[in-house]
Amino acid sequence: MSGRGFLDMRDMTARATTESPSRAAAVQKVVSKGGVEAWLVEDYAVPLIALEFAFKGGAAQDPIGKPGVATLLAGLLDEGAGPYDADGFHRALDEDAIEMSFSADRDILSGRMQTLSRNRARAFELLRLAVAEARLDAEPFERVVSQMAAGLKREANDPDYVAGRAFRSFSYPGHPYGLPVRGDLATLPTLTRGNLIDMRANVFARDKLKIAVVGAIDAATLATHIDDVFGALPEKSNLDPIASVSFSGEGERHVSQIDVPQSTIRFGREGIARKDPDFIAATVVNHILGGGIFSARLFREVREKRGLAYSVYSQLVTYNHAAMLSGGTSTKNERAAESMSVIEGEIASLANDGPTEQELDKAKKYLIGSYALRFDTSTKIAGQLTHLQTEGFGVEYLDERNRLIAAVTMEDAKRAAKRLFGDAKLLVTVAGRPEGM
Amino acid sequence: MISMSLGQPTAAQGAVSLTPSAPSPAKPGGPAIAQAKLANGLDIVVIPDHRAPVVTHMVWYRNGSADDPLGRSGIAHFLEHLMFKGTKNNPQGKFSELIADFGGQENAFTSNDYTAYFQRVAKDHLAVCMEYEADRMKNLVLTDEVVAPERDVVLEERRMRTDSDPSDQLNEAVQAALFTQHPYGKPIIGWSHEIESLGRGDALAYYDRFYTPENAILVVAGDVEPQEVIDLAQKIYGQIPARGEPPQRTRPHEPEPRAHRLVTLADEKVEQPSHQSVFLVPSYRTAAPGQAEALEVLAHLLGGGQTSLLFKTLVMDDKLAVAAGAHYQGTAVDDTRFYVFAVPAPGVTLERLDAAIDAIIARVAALGVNEADFLRAKTRLVAEAIYAQDNQATLARWYGASLATGLTIEDVAHWPERIEAVTAEDVKKAALWLDKRRSVTGFLMSAEPAASVESDAESALVAG
Repeated sequence: MSGRGFLDMRDMTARATTESPSRAAAVQKVVSKGGVEAWLVEDYAVPLIALEFAFKGGAAQDPIGKPGVATLLAGLLDEGAGPYDADGFHRALDEDAIEMSFSADRDILSGRMQTLSRNRARAFELLRLAVAEARLDAEPFERVVSQMAAGLKREANDPDYVAGRAFRSFSYPGHPYGLPVRGDLATLPTLTRGNLIDMRANVFARDKLKIAVVGAIDAATLATHIDDVFGALPEKSNLDPIASVSFSGEGERHVSQIDVPQSTIRFGREGIARKDPDFIAATVVNHILGGGIFSARLFREVREKRGLAYSVYSQLVTYNHAAMLSGGTSTKNERAAESMSVIEGEIASLANDGPTEQELDKAKKYLIGSYALRFDTSTKIAGQLTHLQTEGFGVEYLDERNRLIAAVTMEDAKRAAKRLFGDAKLLVTVAGRPEGM
Repeated sequence: MISMSLGQPTAAQGAVSLTPSAPSPAKPGGPAIAQAKLANGLDIVVIPDHRAPVVTHMVWYRNGSADDPLGRSGIAHFLEHLMFKGTKNNPQGKFSELIADFGGQENAFTSNDYTAYFQRVAKDHLAVCMEYEADRMKNLVLTDEVVAPERDVVLEERRMRTDSDPSDQLNEAVQAALFTQHPYGKPIIGWSHEIESLGRGDALAYYDRFYTPENAILVVAGDVEPQEVIDLAQKIYGQIPARGEPPQRTRPHEPEPRAHRLVTLADEKVEQPSHQSVFLVPSYRTAAPGQAEALEVLAHLLGGGQTSLLFKTLVMDDKLAVAAGAHYQGTAVDDTRFYVFAVPAPGVTLERLDAAIDAIIARVAALGVNEADFLRAKTRLVAEAIYAQDNQATLARWYGASLATGLTIEDVAHWPERIEAVTAEDVKKAALWLDKRRSVTGFLMSAEPAASVESDAESALVAG
């Protein structure tokens, strides 16, 4: 039941601190005749193949005044391709139980495919059609636009989305990162097929393509398939340059009035870039503030001690050209101000005093030990390996990552906390009827 | 395809979790499963998956919101939160800190028919997870100091999920209308005014009744040897004294439904109307042999994705809707729900959409199904069982939920064959369950400030 990849998979996971087995050694770099590269973890325990890929160039590449183009393009890739119209393409997928989906993020346009290994050839053929020959026909174009519009209407007065949209637009005004990835009701009708064709021509190229595959397939077979799917794409992408941007609005509060009993709050400030030497220490410090579940300060102070909220969290968000610390919670209107002052108090305390030795030790242990849980299914492994590549890391980072966390000292943590939380000023957006804010 | 959860009545189907990160339930399965029962009545299921040195440890209790005493709705879910408050020997947070130190993850969730607790850790730490769950199965300690703020947490959870969301308020009203007698009609999280009245005494009485080894199922999935897991469980869980008989669930039967009910909610926060119909149908446990499987195939054929009958007809061909689907909630102790939902295209009334949905269902019941559609639906369902093998946590949830609702290991393991055995004639017959008189239809509507529906605004109206 197991081949070589099976043993490698065991090595890919856990026991990182003590024995340091190599996760990277499980990954084969496959380069096709045509020069397309993929990372492969070969494993025959389950008769499946999972693939993920990403092109650099997502919603940040949307034309000026037309947010949603990348999302619409992703949404149309499986809506008719080559000889198939939309219905024909979906029938072909369903007849062989092939799973395929595409999506756009700020910085990437990505796709996922999963197939039973017995349908491998058919799955790669359909993937080739979607990537290389999507038809972008008028029927699915109109339909998917109307689906996007319905989704936006559904969220129009949802406190979570309202607070999130406001947070986004105040944090990066006048920059593509401040615009909605899934489009805007007012400008959706102006999107054209020409916009999609331009974006595809600019983004779908081999120079910024990353691929990861996990499952019952060998390197030689995979090489042939990735050549078929991606080999005919242009060599070079043609992306609009995106300016680096700082976080705006620290110290501001904006309330969107919605008639609901609870206030949904988003807060944030400038973060630390992914390639910054302090990023790992910042990850540890954020875990202590609001990244962990039961152990985080925000969970303890806001939820457990005071019963102010069900959900409270903070996270580090990094883009190719920006970085932020952000977080959120939802508290009944009468206690929204109290929640916010507890959160601000914890941020200020971490900025001034840093974490305790015990907090630091526990956060590092959790982050190191839990890394293994990201590698226990084929689709999760494919996702991790694609993400690593799009972030610009080599396969050795799989082994390096836990060592970097283990090496974070109290001095590092305090420095990162000072940088991350600084003067503790936050941009705060609220949706609801908060009292005293 | 654009992924949308538009108008899908998810709240009543899923489980309510301790924290906002628990995964959602799924079906499927196939590896060599081991099963055992300890002398104290604890059931054990072991699902080996040797691909990664990780283990998923779950304890399921055969009680959920449908077992909440009258007037005490929400107690199953509230107790689930309170189970993290410490025991006689281990103060609050001690085990959670241990699990976190290993890099483990934990959570818990409550559904209509079960309550479950889980940890995901490197396999070396399985014993600690067992000690954690065995300890809180018998030694829970609650004080008013921890109960009061946690009740506020649950009320905030309810405000977040339901009280700020008109579509969830409609879902609640639809369920309450569908089940006139049976407790599936009550929200898992409970009604606000009843949650407010829940205290330490309610929680401990409920705990005493249901948290016993006879009522629990241990599910362990991952890089483990079955016999070692059973031996370890014998050593740790085996020390919990038997209580004698498992607790009995006594729930009133739902009478045969005879009248269609329309429930409408109009709210000025709603900008996108939506439609849902929920039918009372048998579950995997209550159905005659083959019936639930036929309903499963029917749900897939009617509304499982973009080639389904509802999507093809309403969205692609007739342009009456922008989304449409169906779902059979088969994993339930008692008679359960079959959902049909759609989101109207601009300018299409909910009444017109409703009539079109009725016509599609009637056509299947009268004329049966297209052979290609039928085969495609079965192919995809059977493949789900293989895809599930890629995820030990999915398998653990599938087996746990099935056993907790009265099914057996064999029922789960042979599910793909039973789906294969469904005939086109079975599916045609299954469509007879989708009789309008067995259903509640829910309309989520915009409230125009000056419109005639003003009296409906902010409240749910139940009409015959």
